[in-house]
Amino acid sequence: MQKGLKNLFRRNYLFTAGCVICLFWVVMAVFAHVIAPYDPIAQDLTVKLQAPSAVHLFGTDNFGRDIFSRVIYGGRYSLMAGILTVLIAMAIGSVYGAAAGYIGGAVDNVMMRISEMILSFPSLILAMCINAALGSNLFNTMFALIIVAWPSYARLMRSVVLTVKENQYIEAAEALGASRMRILLHEIFPNSISSIIVMATTDLGNQILMFSTLSFLGLGSAPPTPEWGMMVSDGVSYFNKFWVAGFPGLAIFTMAVGANFIGDGLRDILDPKLRKQM
Amino acid sequence: MSRQEEQSSGNNTERDYIVRAQDVRVTFKAPGSRDTVKAVDGVSLDVRRGEVFGVVGESGCGKSTLGRALLGLVPLSGGKVIVNGKDLSTLSAPQMKEMRRKIQIIFQDPSACLNPRRTVREILTEPYLIHGIRDRKKIDEEIGKLIDAVGLAPYHLSRYPHELSGGQKQRIGIARALTLHPEFIVCDECVSALDVSVQAQVLNLLMRLRGEMGLTYFFISHNLNVIYQVSDRVAVMYLGRIVEIAPYRSLFENHFHPYTEALLSAIPGTSEGTKNRIILQEEVPSPQNPPSGCHFHTRCPKACPICSKEVPAMREILPDHFAACHLYDAKT
Repeated sequence: MQKGLKNLFRRNYLFTAGCVICLFWVVMAVFAHVIAPYDPIAQDLTVKLQAPSAVHLFGTDNFGRDIFSRVIYGGRYSLMAGILTVLIAMAIGSVYGAAAGYIGGAVDNVMMRISEMILSFPSLILAMCINAALGSNLFNTMFALIIVAWPSYARLMRSVVLTVKENQYIEAAEALGASRMRILLHEIFPNSISSIIVMATTDLGNQILMFSTLSFLGLGSAPPTPEWGMMVSDGVSYFNKFWVAGFPGLAIFTMAVGANFIGDGLRDILDPKLRKQM
Repeated sequence: MSRQEEQSSGNNTERDYIVRAQDVRVTFKAPGSRDTVKAVDGVSLDVRRGEVFGVVGESGCGKSTLGRALLGLVPLSGGKVIVNGKDLSTLSAPQMKEMRRKIQIIFQDPSACLNPRRTVREILTEPYLIHGIRDRKKIDEEIGKLIDAVGLAPYHLSRYPHELSGGQKQRIGIARALTLHPEFIVCDECVSALDVSVQAQVLNLLMRLRGEMGLTYFFISHNLNVIYQVSDRVAVMYLGRIVEIAPYRSLFENHFHPYTEALLSAIPGTSEGTKNRIILQEEVPSPQNPPSGCHFHTRCPKACPICSKEVPAMREILPDHFAACHLYDAKT
């Protein structure tokens, strides 16, 4: 088992790189209060817009806040928003999709049409509308992202369940007298979930990007919060001071790429067939 | 292997029958069109307690669907199935669940019928959990006995299905069917996916278990040699209908239906068969649009005008030997 794990990392460079990047950001976010040299929201106008130096590793922004500390703290919001959005969207989507696929018939038809209604809107626009209607704060943004994200999970889950439920071991369970619920939970779910997990990891990068995009557009969290997307947005007004927008942007970029690498790697490991389908 | 061929007909009481099918019909919607396929088109048969009832027929003739219908796994569009004197369609959900303990199935493809994410132990524990038996010690004891009975070792319990050979997987499939002490087992082509040498082992195992546990088999196969080897009585199916039912010896010695004759002449290796090989013309008609009257008349070498008009009735031609063919109308 251990040897297999070692082989796995060695053979799959991108997957390893993705794990390292994500682990780096997770550690940063979790231990932000230890690692960050400054308070991320403390203003010091005497040192505003300073270039990166030994004192301020990533420089300072227009309020004199230390960008290095803000980037480290910012990971907390981006990661939390990304991970929570993905987990909740995955949970809702896979239960919904599995139910639709397993029950089938008219129920399936109605359920899928409902989810397609959401998919028919451009996701960013829809998320912006929901967010704007509800008022912008962290939780409303996440709520908007979940509303937009779950139908994709539902569709994937449904299609996987449709194949899995044709397997003979499902009929064997029926012949043994297992209830539909039991078959769904014990036979169908464990055999369908791997594709969903692959999709979720790839989607994590997407959701972090979406969250940052909404923040960039002024819809995410409220101003003093050190959130990556919002920091990039702040930096746009100081174009000649590259570090203000550049470092948070780099953080978003690496995080999204890392999550994508893990997703691709997992896909190769768990489900080589899926690569061709997607 | 004790055969019950001497068992005479006519004096069987209701208790001697474990499963009775009366005019069973199963129709499926054809994919992508409004047509329906009559997979099983009015089959009546009685399976006697303790016998091996063989069913032969070419692919697509409805024999697997018939087996599933007897277990209540496919909805009937007509007729009824009576198991141990109870009509399956009248049972409530809890009664049906209880009934499932008595009627089980062994599948054709041993790789497909086991959940790939579960160990053998989990697969064999599942039936007990489904039926509310949670006493771990008792379950483990039973599984230990079963794994021994099907000729595997306790260390196989911790394996996953993909780590086992086809024959071993089929033994697990058999063990799972036996967990709840069934009385009636549908063996759906249960050896056709295996190598010939493994086939013999699994058949011997099935016959031994039948003796030890007092099982009744409904043995579906397209392999006439296998059917000949294990069956007490044999039904021949063609396009959703049974054309002949007889004790195995009677069937192989003096078959009456032209289709049975053609089928038996196709057994390779017997000098008699190779000499008189009957080659049927044309393809099997589509079950979506079966021929009128006797389904076989389009390919039958002995077809008469009446065959395309009337469905022949099942007639007892010899004691316990039934055939559905107009050729024998006058004789009874």
